[in-house]
Amino acid sequence: MMPKLASFRDLEEMREKLRSRRDPSESEMPLITVCAGTGCLALGARKVIDAFREELDERGLATKITLKETGCPGFCEKGPIVVIYPEGIHYVKVNPTDVPEILEETVLNNRLIDRLLYSDPATGARAVHEEEIPFYKHQTRILINNNIKIDPKNIADYIVQGGYSALALALSRMTPQEVIDEVKRSDLRGRGGGGFPTGLKWEAAKRALGTPKYVIVNCDEGDPGAFMDRALMEGNPHSVLEGLVIGAYAVGSEKGFIYVRAEYPLAVQNAKIAIEQARECGLLGEDILGSGFDFDVELHRGAGAFVSGESTALMNALEGKVGEPKPKYVHTSERGLWNRPSLLNNVETWANIPLIINRGAHWFSSIGTERSKGTKIFSLVGKVNNTGLVEVPMGMTLREIIYDIGGGIPGGKKVKGVQTGGPSGGIIPEEHLDTPVDFDRLTSLGSMMGSGSIIVLDEDTCAVDLARYFVDFLCDESCGKCVPCREGLRQMRDILSEIVAGRGEAEDLKTLKEVAGVMKSASLCALGRTAANPVLSTIRHFEEEYVAHIQDQRCPALVCEQLISYFIRPDICIACGLCRENCPQGAISEEESAEETGKVVMAIDQSKCSRCGICFHVCPSKVKAVVRISGKSSAPPVPSASISSGDKEKDSKTR
Amino acid sequence: MDAVDLEKVDEIIERYRGREGVLIQLLLDLQSEFHWIPREVIDHLSERLRVPTSQIYRIASFYKAINLNPVGRHMIQVCMGTACQVRGAQKVLDFTASRLNIKPEETTPDLSFSLRKVNCLGCCSMGPVLTVDDEYHGGVTLEKVEKILKKRS
Repeated sequence: MMPKLASFRDLEEMREKLRSRRDPSESEMPLITVCAGTGCLALGARKVIDAFREELDERGLATKITLKETGCPGFCEKGPIVVIYPEGIHYVKVNPTDVPEILEETVLNNRLIDRLLYSDPATGARAVHEEEIPFYKHQTRILINNNIKIDPKNIADYIVQGGYSALALALSRMTPQEVIDEVKRSDLRGRGGGGFPTGLKWEAAKRALGTPKYVIVNCDEGDPGAFMDRALMEGNPHSVLEGLVIGAYAVGSEKGFIYVRAEYPLAVQNAKIAIEQARECGLLGEDILGSGFDFDVELHRGAGAFVSGESTALMNALEGKVGEPKPKYVHTSERGLWNRPSLLNNVETWANIPLIINRGAHWFSSIGTERSKGTKIFSLVGKVNNTGLVEVPMGMTLREIIYDIGGGIPGGKKVKGVQTGGPSGGIIPEEHLDTPVDFDRLTSLGSMMGSGSIIVLDEDTCAVDLARYFVDFLCDESCGKCVPCREGLRQMRDILSEIVAGRGEAEDLKTLKEVAGVMKSASLCALGRTAANPVLSTIRHFEEEYVAHIQDQRCPALVCEQLISYFIRPDICIACGLCRENCPQGAISEEESAEETGKVVMAIDQSKCSRCGICFHVCPSKVKAVVRISGKSSAPPVPSASISSGDKEKDSKTR
Repeated sequence: MDAVDLEKVDEIIERYRGREGVLIQLLLDLQSEFHWIPREVIDHLSERLRVPTSQIYRIASFYKAINLNPVGRHMIQVCMGTACQVRGAQKVLDFTASRLNIKPEETTPDLSFSLRKVNCLGCCSMGPVLTVDDEYHGGVTLEKVEKILKKRS
């Protein structure tokens, strides 16, 4: 339990005390950190942590070696991640069975275990420390760098790393206006998607008449494919909280809310603990650090609604109502939550604030491009080798992010494009990968920054199917309040469903564009106004794929179920029977090969086949006798000549 | 169905006494107690909070995390976020549904499993992802689904 800090001096003394208690240990007492973010937990980190704990107890080392559960450092692809200090030895993909060896060899005897080190897939070179791994090497990590050093459930860890010094600085040496001026000078733009200048938003909330005023953290990160807010809220919640208290001081608010979506139970838990601990220490509550400033925070859990991430909808949800958007005739900075002036920012925006106050607007704006300053955390996911969270200066190109950091595409396949901005964004094709990533460039390509998801698509992704997926997603999530969004999405879904089923018509593209135009100009909130982006951007960049579906009933990426047929090549099939065992339709039977007498092979009865693709996935990777073919020519029975237009041709390139 | 323990409901209501805008939080807390929100609970809430039943239903039916029907002993959620989608989440969902012989958003007749689609769990790096109760599974293959189901049936 931490004592209450009643003054700025108390905070500094506490920091010194915590540091001196820990400092000598840096050289003597080893520290084992295990990532306990949701990603690593999904890969079994809990068992690794338990194994360490047991092993330390058994050997009587629990008092001599510290074990720490930390936040997510971002390299989720290689989890569970274990880092051993003071040397900072970085182990990847650790199993519970590796634990005794790690203790014996690395922790006690300072010897490396080669197989647990990161090895470069290209060169095979082993990396011992984080900074030697290409995934980290090319990043500029100012926001998530502390995640692996901090136990998010312990405020002392954050204080040791310099935590709450920005708050002390703001409260002791700056007027609220000076804080706002600093944020304005930094040119920080909102990280939630819109990219609105944060300083201007703060200024408006400060000027707005009416009390009380509210400050709000938006952690309703619904954008599928983005998880940086989750990582920050789970891994370093105090950095968000510190930003929030500074913002409250700047605009004159006494009450704040942290809204966390229901799908992030660990973020809810860690945010709750952080609030309680900050309150205990006197960093929330009355007379914070003896400054005379009062402020407290309440945690609000979402209940599963994508649209509630929209600012007015989120405020409705905070009021306990249905989380639907309201028209913004008056800005929420003037009339927001309970019709009072409200300042809402995204998690990552808030986390930037302590850095700006501590190091200055000038330092912050020296990073990034002319109109987009600072770093941005991207979630690099999809068909890329090193998936995870990537923090880079604004202006790095997509190609650098995908190849230098992401390590390229698995299986040596080609990039088809990247999807940025989630369901409100669009697809950027391969030829634009050299575009520097910032707010304005992505918008000019028909996509947007959004909250920062970069989903890499390879040649196995069908542009039409992906557009349909997003429209389907949004149909599900549209609140239905305004007609253009509700009906527009439904119409688009119907049209796209017909196209992927091979029943598209020539004028469909025109109709889609028309519907998109109406939705863009007439929808109530950003969800509806941007909902057509995935459709428009795929038509813009991949029109030939739409045409192939409509005119030739062919899916070039071999994805759309109703346009492909599965076929077992008799010359390759070894008749192992796996496909027959797993076929839910019972469509596969043993037959004699027509090409080779006496050879038994498996064959698919096309009239029974439901095109579920299970046979394709279960066929042993060494055999790969099941192929997909698409186009008018593939009607059953399958002529063997048509195979060359399908997987065979594609396979010869990739295998 | 067993009678609902209304005393427990009252106890949960007490947590929020005197606070504004708590209905959603209240429903979430009630759900973690009962796993779903039975009709009796809504009626009782309506009386205690002096909020019309229809208004509570409107809110409860708007939010996906709130179950108005009984759920199975095990809740399986298949992530349909974009990152999972491009790595084959649809196949995982279809396969799970066919193995359980139910459609997504349904519960098996013996109340052992509920299956649900969820739009992004934020574990995008290890897609496809599914969760069984509080347990996360990454890099899910059809064989893994088979194992997960077998272990629990």
